[in-house]
Parts: sequence; C-alpha cells; structure tokens
Amino acid sequence: MTQSLAVTVLGHDRPGIIAEVTGALAALGGNLEDSSMTLLRGHFAWTLVVATDAGAPAVREALRHIEAEGLVVSVLPVPEAADTGAPGSAWLLSVHGADRPGIVSGLTGVVAEAGGNITDLTTRLGTGLYVVVAEVTLPAGADVAALADRLAAVADELGVRASLAPADSDVL
Amino acid sequence: MPIVDGRIVMPPLPEGRVLPVVTAPAAVLAARCGEVDPVDPAVVQLAADLLTTQRVSPGCVGLAANQVGVGWRVFSLDVSAHPKAHTTHGEYVLVNAVVESATRNEKSREGCMSVPDFTGDVKRATRLVVRGLLPGTGEEVVVETDAFEARALQHEIDHLDGYVFLDRVAGAHAIHPRQTYL
Repeated sequence: MTQSLAVTVLGHDRPGIIAEVTGALAALGGNLEDSSMTLLRGHFAWTLVVATDAGAPAVREALRHIEAEGLVVSVLPVPEAADTGAPGSAWLLSVHGADRPGIVSGLTGVVAEAGGNITDLTTRLGTGLYVVVAEVTLPAGADVAALADRLAAVADELGVRASLAPADSDVL
Repeated sequence: MPIVDGRIVMPPLPEGRVLPVVTAPAAVLAARCGEVDPVDPAVVQLAADLLTTQRVSPGCVGLAANQVGVGWRVFSLDVSAHPKAHTTHGEYVLVNAVVESATRNEKSREGCMSVPDFTGDVKRATRLVVRGLLPGTGEEVVVETDAFEARALQHEIDHLDGYVFLDRVAGAHAIHPRQTYL
C-alpha cells in the first residue's frame, strides 16, 4: 500500500546531500512530493514528503548511509487526517526592532492565545536589527482588532514594532 | 513651470553637506514626520543636504529626511539612471508630498540605506500620482509616474509616515540577506 512518509534530514551542509537522499528514495520507488529546504549559516535542514510502497523501516534503512555521514534523519508517517486547508483567515505578522531575547516567544505567544497557527516563519538577525515575518492562520471569528492591539502592546514592551496585515491572496 | 520636458526644474539650492544616514531600529525612522514650510531656509538647506548625501551614496535613488535624523516631510529622489525606471522626472526634492492616487500593484524587491543588511519583496503601485511642494519656492508639483519611480516615491513617503519596507514585505520568504545595493 502506498504510504506518505515525512522525511527530515538535518546537519552540516555539504554538496550532494539532496542528490544522495533522493537517489536512495528513488531506488525504493519512492515519489518525492512536497519538500522545503533551508540553509542557515552552514546548517542544512530539509523536510520532505515521499510516497512509497516500501514502508518506513525500509526508507530508514535506505537512508542509513546518510546518517553514517553525520546527518540526522527521521522518517515518520504523515497523519491520514493531516489538515492541509485550515479554515479561517490568513495574516502576515511583521516585526522589527533592536535585538533582544524574547521577541519571537512574546509575540507568537499572543498569536497562540488567540488560537492562531503559524504556518510559515522567517527570522533574521542583522547588525543591531532583528526581523520576524510570520504567516498566521486565524480561526474563523477571531477578534483580529483585539489581537492587533495586544500584539502592539507586547511589541511596545519589547521595544519593537509589530504590524498585522491580511496576507496577499490574489487569485488570477 | 516646475516641470519642463518631463523633468522637475529645481529652484537654486545652497551648497549641500553630506549627512550621516541613520539605520533601523533608530526611533526617528519609526515616527511620522511633520509638515514644514518649504521656503524656510532650514528646509531649503536640508533639501540641498539630502541631494548631496544621495549623490555620494552608491546605489542610492532616494533619501527621506528622517533617514538623516530629521523628522520633517522632505525627501530627495533620482531614479534617472536606474534600469527598472521608465518615466523619470530627474533629480528633485519634494516637501509635504502626498499620494493622490496609486494603482496597478506589482511585487518587486527593494532595499534601503537605513536597513543595510536586507532586501525585501514589496507590493506597490506601478501607476502613481504624487503632489508636493518644491523647496525654496513652495511651488506645487504634481508628479505622474510609473514603474521604479513610482516604487521609489512610495518607499520615501512611507519613511515620512514612519514605515520602512520591512513593514510591507509580502511574506515569510520575502526578506533576503542583502547582496548588493539596488
């Protein structure tokens, strides 16, 4: 039975990681579906979904040589009921200001209290400047004005600026 | 006439000085700038200083007063040499400028001297009408423009309202480490 598996590969970057992982999956007859890779200061992180008849143990075994090279690999079944189209509304939270501990936890805590789910997140540290951009899904009926006020208040306490705007959802 | 052959004719200005450019998170960049008298000699001097600072700054196509630490509604602009520009009005300074109309949004990447480490993808109008006053004479100018000059004008007027492009980026993957100046 074809099963979707979530594979994560983490570790120090080097040329060839993606070619080796996908080569091992292809050899098992796996079909690569969604994936997202990032590279932060030499740290490689890739999460992917592969559809395969081979089963999780066989996929783990096929990737064992990757682990032997010092990378961390996990293979987990994708939940059948995984919700890919959360109802509600999409928002963009933009934050910037002087760097200090607690900016992300303070503001994402406010989002969580409102029942919001962070669906994408980038944080960047520049010279004396910290930038956070989070894509947020809010549940239907959320009090967006109250959330925006609470975010502004917490941002003020943290000495940063936060703005919450509707996410771009143009369909052409 | 303040616009001749499509270019804004600037009144004579005193010799400008090169001023230091402040960077985020400076408070002056996050506050709304105040309207000023365009014939005030201090405003005229600031206009000259902005143009001089802009000219010596590699890749700089516009500079708002609060980027040099002054909370007044004054900015300089010159996109004439920029490859993404279509209509251009030369090198000029506007005082108390307001956006009259803004249409046809497009997303594109922009940078800022006050945010030197990053660039960002920002959706802005590509057809724009801005009304402002010339320093020194107070003559009113209506700038009808498009493409990159429209983007630059909105970027500078945003500064005067206390916003930088980081407040406008289009998504979590719309911030990029800066490689080169615009």
